Amino acid sequence: MVFTKMEENKTYFGELGHGIKTLAVGMKTTWKEYFKDFFTNKSTEQYPENRKTTLHVSARHRGRLAFKRDENGAYKCTACTLCEKACPNGTIKITSHMAEEPETGKKKKVLDDYQYDLGDCMFCQLCTNACNFDAIEFTNDFENAVFDRSKLVLHLDKEQYQGGSLPNLLDGGAEWQVGKFNTKTK
Amino acid sequence: MFDFSIVTQWFDALLRETLGLGDFLSILIECVLVGVIVLTAYAVIAMILIFMERKVCAYFQCRLGPMRVGYWGLMQVLADVLKMLIKEIFFVDKADKFLYLVAPLLVIIGSVGAFCFLPWNNGATILDFNVGVFLLTAVSSIGVVGIFLAGWGSNNKYSVVSAMRGAVQMISYEMSLCLCLITAVILTGTMQMSGIVEAQTGPFKWLIIQGHIPAFIAFIIFLIAGNAEANRGPFDMAEAESELTAGHHTEYSGMGFGFFYLAEFLNLFIISGIAATVFLGGWAPLNIGIEAFDTWMNYIPGIVWFMVKAFGIVWLLMWVKWTFPRLRIDQILKLEWKYLMPMGLINLVLMTVFVALGLYIK
Repeated sequence: MVFTKMEENKTYFGELGHGIKTLAVGMKTTWKEYFKDFFTNKSTEQYPENRKTTLHVSARHRGRLAFKRDENGAYKCTACTLCEKACPNGTIKITSHMAEEPETGKKKKVLDDYQYDLGDCMFCQLCTNACNFDAIEFTNDFENAVFDRSKLVLHLDKEQYQGGSLPNLLDGGAEWQVGKFNTKTK
Repeated sequence: MFDFSIVTQWFDALLRETLGLGDFLSILIECVLVGVIVLTAYAVIAMILIFMERKVCAYFQCRLGPMRVGYWGLMQVLADVLKMLIKEIFFVDKADKFLYLVAPLLVIIGSVGAFCFLPWNNGATILDFNVGVFLLTAVSSIGVVGIFLAGWGSNNKYSVVSAMRGAVQMISYEMSLCLCLITAVILTGTMQMSGIVEAQTGPFKWLIIQGHIPAFIAFIIFLIAGNAEANRGPFDMAEAESELTAGHHTEYSGMGFGFFYLAEFLNLFIISGIAATVFLGGWAPLNIGIEAFDTWMNYIPGIVWFMVKAFGIVWLLMWVKWTFPRLRIDQILKLEWKYLMPMGLINLVLMTVFVALGLYIK
């Protein structure tokens, strides 16, 4: 058995007193948690009821993969396939072809299709870490349930992702506050 | 105080004299009736306790608990019970079928048996022997056998480990439990449940006030040992969800599991009920010697007093359960044999000295 030095130095009654003292501290802590703002001091949310009012989903929560786009809707993906190679599940399939740029005359890869299978994804974030061009990101858009498996196969370059089924979800939704959740509003 | 024995005697007279039934028939009818009432009360209290446990636990953890089924989740337990009742009971391969079947029955028999000793009201104690407390501890110990057999009979290594742990723990803690009860018996001078409560009626007569220091120490030790005896709180080592799945009742389904579950919660209530009876005066109302106050307190029925006290202690034990982490087996045995048992013995001597010198509140 391993004893810490502190415990070894205690006498029988010293240990007893110490034990009672620390137990009392624990009881006091839970007592406070129980009675402090008895009806509102809750850190859980009642999800479907509050989804359009007080729902908070942290902005860094990984809901699904999306292309980062600028104001013109242009994406930065260069079809380098680093994300495809980084993906442990084979979730990402990139097809591309070589084409000559009209201005410079250099040959360059052009993205044909960026296929992302949400159903296979395990949300490990290795793809966004691998990306050298800051082209993809995980958004906290989490309401991804669909009725057909094929609808989970997304083509990120072709879709016009508007972000989230809920109002200002991508910014994290409502402010996160313990005890202020209105559990009754739809 | 309203004496419930008026009702029981009226019913007995109704059967024997008005209806003219013989000894055998009237006793049979009375026994069946009492049995039905006991089992109903048992089931209802278990449901209340399960709901209370879930809500209290939730509020300690800053959650809301069950909220979906019925208003404020009130129907949740009913739904759970219904689910439990319609589940299939099946046997494990190579399980000892007989022991496997008998174990939950033993557990529930021990629990219901102990449940019958609780004094609900003045004159409403179902089993009221002159060796009450003594017999109560004996009957409640049958549960240990059930737990041990359940572990042994299920052909599951987790269950066996759990059964060993449970037996070690429960047999150890029975020692301090009984020592505390004996300490109380020294002061009340009787082992009969109704007598113990009778000794606590009157101003400042609740045992914990009457016997002050030794009674308070005995009360605390009783609660700790009782918590361990009910396999709960920081002493839920026999169940140890994280290590042993569900311990001795891993292999049970349907009502087999239901019996263990019921017994577990009812044991909590029984421990609280005994603590309320022996130390807080059972159905005895709070009297402080001022005439007006005492008469008003006496208007509140005894069963309300008993229930309030018992559920108060249940809440106390739940508070303990949701505060402290589980103990290791060596820590559990150390707590019992190194601290609680010697303290209980010294406390017993202390109480004897107090009673002999008349240092308690008369």
